[in-house]
Amino acid sequence: MEDVPQIGYSEKVMDHFMNPRNVGSVENPDGVGRVGNPVCGDLMEVSIKVEDGILTDVKFKTFGCGSAIATASMVTELAKGKTLDEADKITRQDVADELEGLPPRKMHCSNLAADALHKAIEDYRERHGEGKEKAEEAAAE
Amino acid sequence: MIYLDHSSAMPVDERVAAFASPYLMQHYGNPSSLHTRGLVAKRVLEEARGKVAKLINAESPETILFTSCATESNNLAIRGTALRNNKAGMRVVSSAVEHISVINPMKELQKQGYAYDVVPVSPEGYVDLDMLAEMVTKDTVVTSVNYANDEIGTIERIRDVSRIVHEEGRYLHVNATAAAGRIPVDVQADGIDLLTLSSNDMYGPRGAAALYVRKGVKLQTLLPGGGQERGIRSGTENLFAIAGMGEAAMIAGREMGAEGRRLHEIAGAYLKDILMIEDAHLTGPATGRLPGHLSFRFGRIEGESILLNLDTAFGIQVTTGSACSSRTLEPSHVLLAIGLKHEEAHGSMIMMMGRSNTTEEVPYVVDAVRKTVERLRMITAM
Repeated sequence: MEDVPQIGYSEKVMDHFMNPRNVGSVENPDGVGRVGNPVCGDLMEVSIKVEDGILTDVKFKTFGCGSAIATASMVTELAKGKTLDEADKITRQDVADELEGLPPRKMHCSNLAADALHKAIEDYRERHGEGKEKAEEAAAE
Repeated sequence: MIYLDHSSAMPVDERVAAFASPYLMQHYGNPSSLHTRGLVAKRVLEEARGKVAKLINAESPETILFTSCATESNNLAIRGTALRNNKAGMRVVSSAVEHISVINPMKELQKQGYAYDVVPVSPEGYVDLDMLAEMVTKDTVVTSVNYANDEIGTIERIRDVSRIVHEEGRYLHVNATAAAGRIPVDVQADGIDLLTLSSNDMYGPRGAAALYVRKGVKLQTLLPGGGQERGIRSGTENLFAIAGMGEAAMIAGREMGAEGRRLHEIAGAYLKDILMIEDAHLTGPATGRLPGHLSFRFGRIEGESILLNLDTAFGIQVTTGSACSSRTLEPSHVLLAIGLKHEEAHGSMIMMMGRSNTTEEVPYVVDAVRKTVERLRMITAM
């Protein structure tokens, strides 16, 4: 088959779409973020495991297009191993940049992926009052 | 590679290419010129007109106007008749499942003060004839209904539509882009006033389309200029594409019966096996579809993902009515019009078979669709 770009998707987007990392749900998650709406489009769910303020496991599920799958996969890669605060600072633009760009009309997909991660962190912090403290300590180190 | 997207684009038939190619570099005359080369071009142009007229049983070749594309024909038909005949009324009507190149000219007229009514359709995509009768009034100058829908495969009951439109309204325009060359179209028997057909939807070159205009129907030109095409559509004719369109129309007319039966058989083999996949549903009617046309929706997954996965992993090219493949990020208006919820409309896959497809491909494609659906369902958050 001819080697042609897919509707403006970078090779990295296609790689993450075809070989998504961290698919599924974390067992006994410490936080879950679910954003989007199937009525208007994509649905994104990120679940996290946190140990000593570090995201040791991050997984995703999504109902969405190629871009939604790739951005979710990338967010889990970016967040894994980071402190809660570091992960909380991952922006929509970071996700798009790491994927070597997204078509403009697909940028909302990177919004959803980052938003779902932030929601999961927020959920963790609501469940574990001490989480934020530990994260700050870890960041200070 | 298995190409199953013949509603988006078709290859030019080799016989058509061979017939038309001399008109690129050898017989390149302008049909308006009076010298020999021009007269040859004029003859070719008129022969093509005759072949297109024959395909749709038009009363004479003079009823065929050549344009550059189906979008132009639709615009000329809708805006041209509405603007020219506005003393007869300022209402226009279309069905809810028309192509965007019909809907947008209607909306342009609406901006200019015309009332625009949209007739709903049944879950299988058939125009609601009772609502049509209600919406078409004595002030309705043009009504547009597609002959067949390229997204859900529905072949409309055009004779019933025509009867209703002509009881009150003035002109019936039919966009037959998806139908002409695939199924018999008879403008006289069907009672059609204006009909759009496109070269590249019948294995002809891009850059040519036609508008049938029944004798007596008056149009306002949208492209004033040198007066070609009876003064209604000026511009030097694209002789290569028009010659190709004529040849393509002739071949399609001759072969559509056998080809239609062949495609129907292939589609039947697909239908049975794809509907075995969990939460797979046919969209559009179960019978009476365009030959070789199938459209599905798969619950809990998204159409663009299906398209990308089939293409990248299996070399199979289909299309989708999913929001995520459109510019607007809105699901297909056709899928919404047949009553699907937004989340249901997201998981659409459209297969349009053509001359290159065979039954031998069916097991490979079905297996690929099944694997694709299963893979995407592993990821889904629904």
